Amino acid sequence: MIAIEEVSKRYADGTVAVDCLSLQIPNHSITVLVGPSGCGKTTTLRMINRMIEPSSGTIRVDGEDIQHKPVNALRRSMGYVIQNAGLFQHRTILDNIATVPRLLGWSKQRARDRAAELMERVGLDPVMARRYPYQLSGGQQQRVGVARALAADPPILLMDEPFSAVDPVVRRGLQEELLRIQGELGKAIVFVTHDMDEAITVGDRIAVMRTGGKLAQFAAPDELLSSPADQFVEEFLGGDRGIRGLSFLSTRDLELDRSRVFPVGTDRKQLAQSTGPQPHVLITDADGKPLGWADPSVWDGDVEALTPYGQSFEVGRDSLRIALDRAVLSPTGHAVAVDGAGRVLGTAGQERVGAAIRAARQRRAAESPDDPSEDSAQVKAVR
Amino acid sequence: MNVLNFIESFFTNSAHWRGYDGIPQRVWEHIQYSVAALSIAAAVGLPIGLVTGHTGRGGNALAFVSAAARALPTFGLLVLMFVWLGLGVLPVMVPLVVLAIPPILITTYEAVRTVDPSPVDAARGMGMSEGKILLQVEVPAALQLILSGLRSAAIQIVSTATIAAYVSLGGVGRYIVDGLYQRNYEKVVGGATLTAVLALLVLVVFWAVGRGAVSPGVRRRRAA
Repeated sequence: MIAIEEVSKRYADGTVAVDCLSLQIPNHSITVLVGPSGCGKTTTLRMINRMIEPSSGTIRVDGEDIQHKPVNALRRSMGYVIQNAGLFQHRTILDNIATVPRLLGWSKQRARDRAAELMERVGLDPVMARRYPYQLSGGQQQRVGVARALAADPPILLMDEPFSAVDPVVRRGLQEELLRIQGELGKAIVFVTHDMDEAITVGDRIAVMRTGGKLAQFAAPDELLSSPADQFVEEFLGGDRGIRGLSFLSTRDLELDRSRVFPVGTDRKQLAQSTGPQPHVLITDADGKPLGWADPSVWDGDVEALTPYGQSFEVGRDSLRIALDRAVLSPTGHAVAVDGAGRVLGTAGQERVGAAIRAARQRRAAESPDDPSEDSAQVKAVR
Repeated sequence: MNVLNFIESFFTNSAHWRGYDGIPQRVWEHIQYSVAALSIAAAVGLPIGLVTGHTGRGGNALAFVSAAARALPTFGLLVLMFVWLGLGVLPVMVPLVVLAIPPILITTYEAVRTVDPSPVDAARGMGMSEGKILLQVEVPAALQLILSGLRSAAIQIVSTATIAAYVSLGGVGRYIVDGLYQRNYEKVVGGATLTAVLALLVLVVFWAVGRGAVSPGVRRRRAA
């Protein structure tokens, strides 16, 4: 647990980078510091490992004032990941990762064994061990940066805009990788970013900071999206926070329509009778997997002539945001719901998704807003 | 007679290969002066260049000192030292060292100062001491450039060490000074050729040191 208590950073020229900030950063979770440039988020992070010394206030790690620890020992007890990875170009990947264990006095062999173990953990091919940083892509270099930070198994990980310099697809992969690693290791991670989407993707708790180094709001992502503290936070969240908030609502309780799903080979008359005025039915194969949409009044039973159903969503795993997205993109306005094995469970039109959203909101309002439910954590882990 | 004839007759004269004025002896003296001067210059220039480059402070003072040192006429300094200190190796060493320090100092300072700051930040954040940051992060990254400063200094020393002959010392400059005095141009050209060969030797030595000491991870990057 990192406790930041009334910490300020003022520079000699009068600039205030951080203004009387208090923040509790719990163990086993990712706390994101987010805000526009000049809001003091990086300064705050760098005060935790004393790369910058605060002008006033106290920072404690597990109750102990960090000023009382030798600075290099303090830093070795915290992993540190920076924007461009900051790898040592003259060292191989393996030796880059082995840096902190070597500083801690481990033998070369033990440090390298540990480094090899970490390469595996962050998803790096073992053949890269003997390569030099210039031979790796930006995304791979950043994985090395994360592995290097984790090498001595520090309880705390400080990440300063770690994924900002890579392209969006690679960034997505790195974010998912971070969540996976965090699921296995459960560190206290402090993550700085200027990207709200990234904050919502990786954060268990998000501290939104405003210019001048003040804390604007400190909350779980879904709470931030559903009830921003003020206009600044609302604007920083962007224009579609309502839609984004749906990422935290599960499709588990979505009521599905089973009346329009038919296996291939169903008699045409039966199709026309059972669907009534509804223009389209979903045809599945013998295993119950979706094939496509058919208009019963014209469809002749040819599988090739079906209208493609696009993408489906998985009930329980995907969020209502995904379900709504699928419904909007569907040629019939109905999303295809499947189970884990890809078998059709039913369909959900935009109205059904809308009803589920309203129901979930009411349930959410009835719960305590300070208690981040397991439900939201579960949905977050996949999207 | 053209220059090539001079070179041929100088090097094929077997008398030039024997005794205290023979080529092996003079080359050996020349190498000794050069290595001594380079070692002293490096002992002064490298630490100052490394520390100022690491802290990023004192760059202006360095530039001033180096410009002043470069402006000193080497030959004039030699004569002055000779008048002050009399005969011996010291009056030769002073101008050679003064000549060699600026390229070592300035190149080392610039090489360390311009190292990519992000690995340095990462190293500091991981809890590396400042000394280790300098020796294990900055120097390996800057080594190629640092060596190039030493190399320019070495070439300048080798070509300038010929002046030792003016104050009655040896080295291949002996042939040039004596040849000019005796109007024996074969000797002058021979001495000049030996100086050029020694300078080329310096290039070869530094190339080999660079191959061995600079990490492939950095070498490739500089070339790219």
